[in-house]
Amino acid sequence: MLLEIQNLSKVYGVSCGECLDLTGVADDSCICPVCDSVVAMNRVSLSLDGKEVLGIVGESGSGKSTLLQLIYQDQCPDNGRIFYNGFCDRHGVPLNIFEASVSECSVLRNKEMSMIYQNPRMGLNYLFSAGGNIAEKIIGAGERSYEVVRNRVIELMGRLELPTSRVDNYPDTFSGGQQQRIQIAKALSSSPKLLLLDEPTTGLDLSVQAKLLDLIKELQKEMGFAMIIVSHDLGVINHLTDVTMVMKHGCLVEYGLTDQILEDPQQPYTQLLVSSIL
Amino acid sequence: MKLDVRQIEKQFVLHNRGGVRVTGFSDISFNVARGELLALVGPSGAGKSSVLKAIYRTYLVNGGSILFHRQDGTVVDLAVCTESSVLELRQREIGFVTQFLKVLPRISALQAVAAPLLELGEEEGAARRRAAELLAFLNIREELFDISPLTFSGGEQQRVNIARGVIAPKELLLLDEPTASLDEESSSRVLKLLGNLKKQNIAMIGIFHDQRKVDQVADHCYRILREA
Repeated sequence: MLLEIQNLSKVYGVSCGECLDLTGVADDSCICPVCDSVVAMNRVSLSLDGKEVLGIVGESGSGKSTLLQLIYQDQCPDNGRIFYNGFCDRHGVPLNIFEASVSECSVLRNKEMSMIYQNPRMGLNYLFSAGGNIAEKIIGAGERSYEVVRNRVIELMGRLELPTSRVDNYPDTFSGGQQQRIQIAKALSSSPKLLLLDEPTTGLDLSVQAKLLDLIKELQKEMGFAMIIVSHDLGVINHLTDVTMVMKHGCLVEYGLTDQILEDPQQPYTQLLVSSIL
Repeated sequence: MKLDVRQIEKQFVLHNRGGVRVTGFSDISFNVARGELLALVGPSGAGKSSVLKAIYRTYLVNGGSILFHRQDGTVVDLAVCTESSVLELRQREIGFVTQFLKVLPRISALQAVAAPLLELGEEEGAARRRAAELLAFLNIREELFDISPLTFSGGEQQRVNIARGVIAPKELLLLDEPTASLDEESSSRVLKLLGNLKKQNIAMIGIFHDQRKVDQVADHCYRILREA
């Protein structure tokens, strides 16, 4: 078990005691009728084994990105716990990652997990060079030798098919697809066990998208990390994932093997989603 | 004993069509032992492919059990086990040769067939050689090896699909109409391959429409009838 999420909830607004019960799929809304708060996440539970690839699919506003942000601790939940493999107290009892100290949190975010955002501007520092961005993560993961860092940066850029001669150029001088690759190189530089991807190819050309996704799949097989991919594109989900969860209004609608979700969807919303494929 | 299917049934509920229920199959029971081929026969639309998909967990069943006897001797019910268990089994122990080839348009025929061997850790050169041998045995011309199989004829696609399914056979192999689009010569080659798998103690369940093929290769037959 690599990751276990228990009853995770996140509410934006004043929050009354009834927000979670008065919103969701059955109510067809994520806005609390009593206090107007927005329920971004409504008691979501799931678990992920090492090396598994999970897809999160749902419409805009369903809570997909919020879930990733909570796992990566870009945000704090209002309720619920997340357990991560190896993160325990000295007796071996698993600890809630939200109770991690600053340094433990840093290890989780810099070494164990990595996040690739939809917009490279959220994952890269445009005041650093491409190489500098990648190096920052390697150093954050504990490496101190300049030579080792530099070599690893060049190796990763080559692996991501970025021109290594441009290692000292700034990210905004690269194309959109290349900026995304710099982000991916940075995310992989610490050899994470869990990679989180938030709509990594939205907005990119079809051929660029195909190349990037093929590369991500290849790297996942090679390096053996687990992945959680958020996408509203069922084609991406089909290509990359082993299991899929469907979200709507902050709730988990259905979870299953990706081929089962696509070929034998059980819930009405899932059936609607699958029938919407072009 | 490799697979023990007991009274499985499936109904599709189409919520976007007013909740209409369509029966997939009902009260299906059979078993397959190592080294045996069970033929699933019956009229078109009776539920044969659905039964195979249910075993592979692409479809969920509403009742019954699908008991799979693993290599290590334990027994797992495929109908209810966790997704993680199914993924592990699919990787190592259960294979599915689908009715139609599903592959990315960017992959060549040779790459598609070599992939299962590479996934097991086989060295690239050896995997490609073995893939080439298998494709040649199934009468695919060498000039097609480096081309996307989606540009091939239906029969050629099927042969690529079968090659991919048998190159690194898992202990249980499910085959959905392996000889459907093939001429006599290609069919008999495929049946020969299946015969070889039997000798390697692979258990197989195959859907066939042609009774002669069934007679040639199957040890047992299970007939699924369409409900009245």
